[in-house]
Amino acid sequence: MLEIIIFSTLNGILYGLLLFMLSSGLTLIFSMMGVLNFAHASFYMLGAYVAYSLGMVVGFWPALFLAPLIVGLLGALVEKYGLRRVHENGHVAELLFTFGLAYVINELVQLIWGPVSVAYREPAYLREPLFTLMGTDYSIFRGGVILISAMMLVALWYLLKKTRVGLMVRASLTHGNMVGHLGHNVPRLFMGVFGFGCALAGLAGVMGGPLLATEPGMAESLGPIVFVVVVVGGMGSLLGAFYASLLIGLIQTFFVAMDASVGDLLNGIGMNVDPYGEITGITLASMAPMTPFILLVLILIFRPRGLMGELEP
Amino acid sequence: MMKMFLAGVVSTLLMATAAQAAEPVKIALIDPLSGPMAAAGQPAYEHLKFAAERINANGGMNGHPVEIVGLDNKLSPQESLVQLQKAMDDGVDFITQGNGSAVASALIASIEKHNRRNPGEERLFLNYAAVDPAFTNERCSFWHFRFDANSDMKMNALTDYLADQKNIKKVYLVNQDYSHGHSVSKQARRMLKEKRPDIEVVGNDFHPLAKVKDFTPYISKIQASGADAVITGNWGQDMTLLVKAAADFGLDAPFFTYYGASSGVVTQLGDKGVGRLYQINEYYGDFEDPEMAQRQLDFYKKANWDFYYLRLSNMLDMLKKAADQEKSVNPVVIAKALEGMTLTSTTGELLMRAEDHQIQLPMFISVMDDEMKYGAEGTEFNFHKVARIERDDVTLPTTCRMRRPK
Repeated sequence: MLEIIIFSTLNGILYGLLLFMLSSGLTLIFSMMGVLNFAHASFYMLGAYVAYSLGMVVGFWPALFLAPLIVGLLGALVEKYGLRRVHENGHVAELLFTFGLAYVINELVQLIWGPVSVAYREPAYLREPLFTLMGTDYSIFRGGVILISAMMLVALWYLLKKTRVGLMVRASLTHGNMVGHLGHNVPRLFMGVFGFGCALAGLAGVMGGPLLATEPGMAESLGPIVFVVVVVGGMGSLLGAFYASLLIGLIQTFFVAMDASVGDLLNGIGMNVDPYGEITGITLASMAPMTPFILLVLILIFRPRGLMGELEP
Repeated sequence: MMKMFLAGVVSTLLMATAAQAAEPVKIALIDPLSGPMAAAGQPAYEHLKFAAERINANGGMNGHPVEIVGLDNKLSPQESLVQLQKAMDDGVDFITQGNGSAVASALIASIEKHNRRNPGEERLFLNYAAVDPAFTNERCSFWHFRFDANSDMKMNALTDYLADQKNIKKVYLVNQDYSHGHSVSKQARRMLKEKRPDIEVVGNDFHPLAKVKDFTPYISKIQASGADAVITGNWGQDMTLLVKAAADFGLDAPFFTYYGASSGVVTQLGDKGVGRLYQINEYYGDFEDPEMAQRQLDFYKKANWDFYYLRLSNMLDMLKKAADQEKSVNPVVIAKALEGMTLTSTTGELLMRAEDHQIQLPMFISVMDDEMKYGAEGTEFNFHKVARIERDDVTLPTTCRMRRPK
């Protein structure tokens, strides 16, 4: 039992950190530009694929750092030459633009890399166990991903809170026009933030690819959950996104690990139902993939502004 | 001038008759050709095309070349019905599908209805991998032929083998949460109880089909349960990611699988699968038969997939045999000819049982091994034969009471 708790916690945190890396970019872009970027998860997918292809040429490690840069650059270009022009036509146009972009990227990936998953793997020495606990290995790569994610978290905090650029970004979040009037190049800032957000998504892809699977469906499968994170955390709140990511990561992992049915839970709170019934016999494990969306519905009903969101303006 | 005109007419006529004689027999494959399960549908598509080429080089089906049409259903029954309609509108008489019994179920129901309402325009459903036993038992249909052993037959063969593995005392079941997974789990528990009452089933998990990306929580549970073996009917990406997670976490228990050779598994597992990943299938990766070895080499070179679906070759061979024997490519005539047909394959004699249209065939247990002569996916690993289960030991009785057309 103890090992299940330990490993579920580690896995939940790992998954949560990956989710945060994705959602932090999304929420930054949203709060700054008011654009809900539907193509965000597509940049995550691009990260994995670009790293896979680059990795065959320059090796795993250089690709790990180069791929997010390339994806970030792509994101910046998309902002400069696509989104900025569409922006004049209002938010709906922007929304549709990113929606279409997601499809385009998805199709392009299938054209270039084929419709089936590619063998993007971490090198063999990273698959060696970092530590072994009661017969279960925890690979170096998984430990490394947690470390890199944590480092990224600190770097993001430092960038936003302690640097001049971060100051500008934070100012533009609420007073975009004023920042412009003070002589700062707000469009360039937007481009930077969009590119940076995409690079974070790319970084998540670089690490998520070998952990999960590098396949054309990877954007589609993670996309909705990232939106759930942003809504649950509170639109535009980085800290909220962080809590929501970890929460969803842990809930999902622990739901799988728990051997209990809905009926068992209801019996636990004093109700008397059949733990093997048609509905009450549904196990928590089989409900795990649903949990983010259940959480989304509950949050929207009981706390529409999300965990850490500001009050509705 | 006149001569030229005549010559032109004659040659046009000749071409027309030639085209008529060679009107292709279309077989539509309705399977996931994109999305997370594309790795299961794409190789089947390539296999079919590869097998069709061989049939066509040998004169086709009664002189008609075979043409394979690939239709992407994204693993959705609704989408499949749309594609089925499209295929039927295009005059395709033979429909084949394999991935997902939910899809097969929808297709069978729809084809049955179509055939009942449109006498003279019957279509046949050729099932190469949807293993829900119901299709050849309580839900059997004259229009359905299964060229793969059904789930119960596979479990029957697998548990025969497990019965002799005395060191296995605790078994863990992980399956996909839909009819196929539930049937695997149910039969595993029933047959193990019968053949090895001392085996304890220490876990029985169902996870959503094609949705799980990270199987690590399941692996922790298996590890904690102390299981000596895992049985799974998973296929496609659910197979690949499950064993990948097991290898990542150093799970030593062997996996007894239906679809251990799903594409990507060998690449993902590497040496961690050696001696650990078992598969029950109609064939294995040793390719002892030089003809099969040549097919593996040719197919890998041509399509970049390994020769895995011997049953697709068998299926087209049986269709050809039926067409040549009856001198017709009419679906009803072929269906009647297929009933009770035998075919000598590289693994022995196959029989398409007339009662329920379920193929009867010997099965093989194989295990992933290294330094194989014909490595899968360009590696040195492949599935090495460890046991042959004879046709008579695989077979199971049927409850089918089929309604046949007059």
